[in-house]
Amino acid sequence: MIRLDDVHKAFGANRVLKGVTLEVPRGQSLVVIGGSGTGKSVLLKCILGLVRPDRGLIQVDGRDVTLGDRDAFLARFGMLFQGGALFDSLRVWENVAFRLLRGPGKRPKAEARAIAIDKLRRVGLGEAVAELFPAELSGGMQKRVSLARAIAADPEIIFFDEPTTGLDPIMSGVINELIRDLVTEMGATAITITHDMTSVRAIADSVAMLHGGVVRWHGPVSALDSSGDAHVDQFIHGRADGPIATVR
Amino acid sequence: MSLAALPQAGLARLGRAVLSALAELGRVAMFAGAVLSHVLRPPFYGRELFAQVIAIGWLSLPVVGMTALFTGGALALQIYSGGARFQAEFAVPSIVAIGMVRELGPVLGGLMVAARVASSIAAEVGTMKVTEQIDALVTLSTDPLKYLAVPRVVAATLAVPVLVGVGDVIGIMGGWLVGVNRLDFNSGSYLHNTAQYLETWDVMSGLFKGAAFGFIVALMGCYHGMNSGRGAQGVGRATKAAVVAASVLILAANYVLTEVFFSA
Repeated sequence: MIRLDDVHKAFGANRVLKGVTLEVPRGQSLVVIGGSGTGKSVLLKCILGLVRPDRGLIQVDGRDVTLGDRDAFLARFGMLFQGGALFDSLRVWENVAFRLLRGPGKRPKAEARAIAIDKLRRVGLGEAVAELFPAELSGGMQKRVSLARAIAADPEIIFFDEPTTGLDPIMSGVINELIRDLVTEMGATAITITHDMTSVRAIADSVAMLHGGVVRWHGPVSALDSSGDAHVDQFIHGRADGPIATVR
Repeated sequence: MSLAALPQAGLARLGRAVLSALAELGRVAMFAGAVLSHVLRPPFYGRELFAQVIAIGWLSLPVVGMTALFTGGALALQIYSGGARFQAEFAVPSIVAIGMVRELGPVLGGLMVAARVASSIAAEVGTMKVTEQIDALVTLSTDPLKYLAVPRVVAATLAVPVLVGVGDVIGIMGGWLVGVNRLDFNSGSYLHNTAQYLETWDVMSGLFKGAAFGFIVALMGCYHGMNSGRGAQGVGRATKAAVVAASVLILAANYVLTEVFFSA
């Protein structure tokens, strides 16, 4: 279980998180929604330790994330970054197998390559893609490679940061389906950040809306349309009028 | 603001600038310490180190070689025409050799490497930062300092002295070409004079300088890259800052090392 308790984070005078409290049970898929700049990505980075919260407690399975063996902690995670964040200088298969080629879980090169190709196949990419460099791929293919990298070491917890941004509706549907299948098959705990309401409905077990630096609403995806919260209603229907200011 | 307050405001601005410069110096020193502390601690990234030796050393050879060749030739012409004022034209071979190996080889080689390598490291690492590749490294249990900075700093510290050594030979050859073809020196006696007045320490001091300059170049590239601001403008600023800082530090370090090596 992932548990955040009163997490605060400011960048200079800009207070992004003002006391986020949230729980994600093991094996559940949570989608975090909210306007741009509301701190959704910062939230994920705080859990991973990429950004240090100013205040508050973050626990994974009851253990404070700031304590203990960092490598062992990070080995439990996979992350799909918004822009893919593939390493330009490495071939596709080397990107996917990055963790398998280094560190404590290091495998022989041939085995790591075979796993990478298997994961690429899992996200719908053929073996021919393995030898290409990321710059030779389309945006959708890069996202899928990044997804393959996120699941390469069979993580227990997977974060997806805007997995469908910049993709056409068909490719978005493919990615959503992949994420849902992967989470179900692997039994992983997942947190996804997205603005895409189709993705929300396809991926989520539960939804949390971040607004004003706090969790405004949190509930099952089935209750999203009847949340009774004006902020949630405005967001999910994409209305310009409502309590969320359009000029921020 | 009253006229009386103007000097005070100026002083405050100066104070802030000095404090900011000292803070930056402290950050660079801590970064250098962190890089050095990782050099001998596993894991080691041999493949990345080899790739950086090729990128920094081998691929810088043409620009350093051309710089040395033309500098050696120009130096021979300058010393010949300047030396003619007090009948010292015969000193061209020895002064070209000493000037190249002690000073011009390492300094100009270092500056050319700063222009080529510090900029490329800062741009590459800066781009990795703004595209979240450095965050991705962390999530893949890889220390960015160890994976990105250490191989580059070690490679530059090893490769630049070799570049300086090759540049020394090419620079002396440039002086010899001009001396023999333009200034009518006898080829044999030119080379004999070069060898006769050149001491081992002249060469070694230049190579030590090369190692120090290589360290500075890669350190500045990595430091500014890893602290790059957002977007294309942030990466551009980081690249510019890396080249400027590396160039200035090379010249400052050159003075300090010259004092240390030759002030006795």
